[in-house]
Amino acid sequence: MTQLALVIDLNVCVGCHACVTNCKEWNTSGPAGPMVDQNPYDKDPTGTFFNRVQTFEVGEFPNTETVHFPKSCLHCEEPPCVPVCPTGASYKRKEDGIVLVDYDKCIGCKYCSWACPYGAREIDEHQRVMKKCTLCVDRIYDTTMTADERRPACVRACPTSARLFGDIHDPDSEVSKAIRENGGYALMPEWGTQPANHYLPRRKTNIRIREDELERADNPLKIDSQLPKPGKAEPSLDDVTSW
Amino acid sequence: MTQQSVQEVKNTTCYMCACRCGIRVHLRDGEVRYIDGNPDHPLNKGVICAKGSSGIMKQYSPARLTQPLRRKAGAERGAGEFEPISWEETFTILTERLGKIRATDPKKFALFTGRDQMQALTGMFARQFGTPNYAAHGGFCSVNMAAGMIYTIGGSFWEFGGPDLDRAKLFVMIGTAEDHHSNPMKMALSKFKRDGGRFVSINPVRTGYSAIADEWVPIRPGTDGAFLLAVIHEIIQKGLYDRDFLVQYSNAGELVNVNETSDEFGMFLRTEVPEEEACYDPQDKLWWDRTTNQPVVTHAEGADPFLLGEFKMKDGTPVKPSFQLLLERVKDYTPEWAEGVTGIPADTIRRLAYEMGVTARDQRIELPIAWTDSWGKEHDTVTGNPVAFHAMRGLAAHSNGFQSIRALAILMSLLGTIDRPGGFRHKVPFPRPIPPCARPPNHPNAVQPNKPLDGMALGWPADPDDLFVDENGGPVRIDKGFSWEYPLSVHGLMHNAITNAWRGDPYKIDTLLIFMANMAWNSTMNAVEVRKMLNDKDENGEYKIPFIVVADAFQSEMTAFADLILPDTTYLERHDVMSLLDRPISEFDGPVDSVRIPVLPPTGQCKPFQEVLIELGSRLKLPAFTTKDGQRKYRDYPDFIVNYETEPGSGIGFLAGWRGRGGEKSLRGEPNPNQWEMYAKNNCVFHHELPKSYQYMRNWNQGYLEWSQRNRITRYAEPILINIYSEVLMRFRQAAQGKGFSRKPPAHLAKRVETFFDPLPFYYDTLEAQATDKHQYPLAAITQRPMAMYHSWDSQNAWLRQIHAHNLLYVNAHTARVQGIEDGDWIWVESQWGKVKCMAKHSEAVEPGTVWTWNAIGKAAGAWGLTPDANESQKGFLLNHLISEELPACERGVDRRVSNSDPITGQAAWYDVRVKIYKVGAGETAVTEPQFPPLKPYPGQVERKSIWNYFAGKKGGKQ
Repeated sequence: MTQLALVIDLNVCVGCHACVTNCKEWNTSGPAGPMVDQNPYDKDPTGTFFNRVQTFEVGEFPNTETVHFPKSCLHCEEPPCVPVCPTGASYKRKEDGIVLVDYDKCIGCKYCSWACPYGAREIDEHQRVMKKCTLCVDRIYDTTMTADERRPACVRACPTSARLFGDIHDPDSEVSKAIRENGGYALMPEWGTQPANHYLPRRKTNIRIREDELERADNPLKIDSQLPKPGKAEPSLDDVTSW
Repeated sequence: MTQQSVQEVKNTTCYMCACRCGIRVHLRDGEVRYIDGNPDHPLNKGVICAKGSSGIMKQYSPARLTQPLRRKAGAERGAGEFEPISWEETFTILTERLGKIRATDPKKFALFTGRDQMQALTGMFARQFGTPNYAAHGGFCSVNMAAGMIYTIGGSFWEFGGPDLDRAKLFVMIGTAEDHHSNPMKMALSKFKRDGGRFVSINPVRTGYSAIADEWVPIRPGTDGAFLLAVIHEIIQKGLYDRDFLVQYSNAGELVNVNETSDEFGMFLRTEVPEEEACYDPQDKLWWDRTTNQPVVTHAEGADPFLLGEFKMKDGTPVKPSFQLLLERVKDYTPEWAEGVTGIPADTIRRLAYEMGVTARDQRIELPIAWTDSWGKEHDTVTGNPVAFHAMRGLAAHSNGFQSIRALAILMSLLGTIDRPGGFRHKVPFPRPIPPCARPPNHPNAVQPNKPLDGMALGWPADPDDLFVDENGGPVRIDKGFSWEYPLSVHGLMHNAITNAWRGDPYKIDTLLIFMANMAWNSTMNAVEVRKMLNDKDENGEYKIPFIVVADAFQSEMTAFADLILPDTTYLERHDVMSLLDRPISEFDGPVDSVRIPVLPPTGQCKPFQEVLIELGSRLKLPAFTTKDGQRKYRDYPDFIVNYETEPGSGIGFLAGWRGRGGEKSLRGEPNPNQWEMYAKNNCVFHHELPKSYQYMRNWNQGYLEWSQRNRITRYAEPILINIYSEVLMRFRQAAQGKGFSRKPPAHLAKRVETFFDPLPFYYDTLEAQATDKHQYPLAAITQRPMAMYHSWDSQNAWLRQIHAHNLLYVNAHTARVQGIEDGDWIWVESQWGKVKCMAKHSEAVEPGTVWTWNAIGKAAGAWGLTPDANESQKGFLLNHLISEELPACERGVDRRVSNSDPITGQAAWYDVRVKIYKVGAGETAVTEPQFPPLKPYPGQVERKSIWNYFAGKKGGKQ
């Protein structure tokens, strides 16, 4: 059974927010839109986004990590948002595991957002329906698009290709391989939600310089340095020994 | 899914920042439905950033200006009271006013532009007009980077070159550099990390790219030079320099006269006087040959020079190779010394130096690419040392930035990484001679009524005789560029234009035309005072700057001070070129230029600034825009771009692609009437890939240099040796010492020139720090811009402002707690020039002696189409209020104030300011200060929505 998901590589995410606004741009004029903006030019602007980047610091100076953490609906394999929905608006698709909301059935009661431990759902305050990431379901099956285009907007936009997309149930997929080989992990597994989206941790590359690597026979200083030579007229053993 | 069907997709080039990615604009019923990256564009290969993805909100922003506006009679500047007028009336006013200025004293017209990617046209307009008072924003951005590197290696970062992360193993980024390049750098960085490269970031703050660095090395602002000099010290001391590279490709082995009593002290020894005075480096210097132990002409067959030692010429003149002088220079710049200056532990400096040196030496790359060097020697391979660097404003925006950047370029050269795989690589039209050939005028006579300026408004001085000064050594330009105060101000000093014009020093001007620069706010230092200057009147009640014209697409703090506003289009509504005559988007493998083609009609009466210049140039009958019989030469901007040639028949125009009558030629060729269509058919971009043998070692690559010469990219094909030792700088010092035959500086500037024009890099505390009591102002204050807004005008962007609606002052948590400042407290941050009220944010990702904030988030109330109580003006703040555009100096009662800039290049020293912070008093409001009277919307601005459900197409994107 297919389970589509995003795998987000925190090792290369620089927190540029390309995924955030490209998602908004694609989806606001699509079937999941519009995505409202309230007070767009006023105090405390706020609006619906399916994807946000949180930035936080870990550790104390100078051993500090700054982490950029993109987060959207994780398309859980056991989504807690689905059973709590009183109208059946929230559902998980069998064919590809995408969790969606049927706006026609949604009554905006917010049960699902209370049930979601990840805070991934956003109520559209204007339309009074719950909205969230669709994994660009309107792109990925659109046969009028090229194969390259049949990917979620955020994945295509990402300048560091930190966002991978594919079937995590297919062991040979790029995403399964990335999770397997790079210590990919799911968020808060203790909740038993089995999030489909995964994250790849930071990986460090270090260089170790051994002391003997600094000592080399071909050191150019040996070419350029002229050892001081004593003057010929200075006293020497030659002058005073006679045997 | 029928509503998904996209009706039209048009290609053009992004302008949400300075990156210039290829984009595809998807339109539905004429409204923008989606903008994505063009997968077939060489620059961004299909990716796009947060800004590019938010172009819709810029296009339909309520801050858009839609008609020409004139300040209402009786209204004060800055109040934002305007009335609409027609374009015809606008042009009549401008033609009459500018015509009079041009017929009397052209320098009384000043044109300064915020963006410097249109300066081939704006600069040409200014030159044709006859005014020297022209510059783009480089002087307050990163001119130290351009000048420091071009005067050393003949090329620079960003448009003109960059780190080859495809092949590097170690990448060192110093200071904030997230903007230049943006998307290409992100793409390269990610690939580099995934390929197992090691990334070290040296920066007072850990944000942006530094976040994913393998090692973050916190450093005190403005001390980068000390760090770099200590690394050089270690590299030389341990013999980790690439000797062969230095010998062949730099002036490391060239002999310098060290006879202090000689007029030639500090100059290279030469075999003979060069046959012609030209802008290249003749191969007439000397080495001291190791084999024959005597002086020989450099690169003589079989010769190998000593890099170290002291020698005596036959006539007794003592000489040293310039590398020996470098060694002596860095002798005392030990890691222990640098630790005290930079805050980086000596062991860390040493370790990083070894990482660089050993990686460069032991991980050599060899590519099977044959090439021939400038001396005719054939090489079977191109080799490289895989250590790459990148830096931009973080290094540049200090008053010691030029010499720090010289140190960086020298370090890169010592490691043997210039235009080699895995190191730094040039982009066409660079490398160029050191310095490049264009010279500013050198005499006030260059400015004549009704005549074009005799020389380029901006150029590259090679010695004091190239300075643009009068008989007394005084400045000719309003910004004092190319004067003895800032001799190598190759990008001008836009940051001093308003203050100088207001004061009438060196003279008063009549009309100031500002394009796309917020000089009443985030693009000016000392914003509070500059706003007063813009509005200040003389004793007769006349404005001290009599007439101000502002061209911009948005209602801003600056437009409020205009007498006349020219509404510009957005990037989606205009033709534009990213030209090789300007700052193109070339790749390492060859020249690239590109175009914008309108995908939407202009909004309201908006007119592209390019069209305004063509129209004005035609009406003023400037020679380049007028036929021999006095008629208008170009119909409009697209017509101009196709048909303009630098000289009649030169075959060189703004666009290099599809030249020749039928588009069959590249780089040079006759004008092609269908050139725009051919760009349109080819993704709006022209990419000429050089043969592999021309892609490396270009300073000394015979094939490349001859190709460059044949295509008239460079005038000469002579090798461009790296200037480890800068004789150009020495010529200025020599003049300041009263030696030689060139011009001499005025007495009061002699010491300044002598001190800073050191032919070898040296470290000095920034000028502001030298003029500040560091006990009273213990902290350095700097800014960065967030990636979602870098190089953009997007505080009015409904999506981007939800990411950054206000900024905070980040303070090291320990530093804050010591002062009793809690996270989120309102504080005052105060320099000796001013104070600002803002909110503090504790951070562990900033070194303890530094505070910082995101720049250009804070706005004046009511500006940018925002309501007066928007977060940007109530919580957001501008650090510029704390930064002075001048440093006071008084000498025996004479006012000797100078720009707060690098004394060599005039680079604005934004990052030098010193501050103290303290909690606000009880009862002080939780609103940022200073505050200004709120701006009202201008006539023609669309109404702001309080709720916006954007959905492109008939359902109503704009509703």
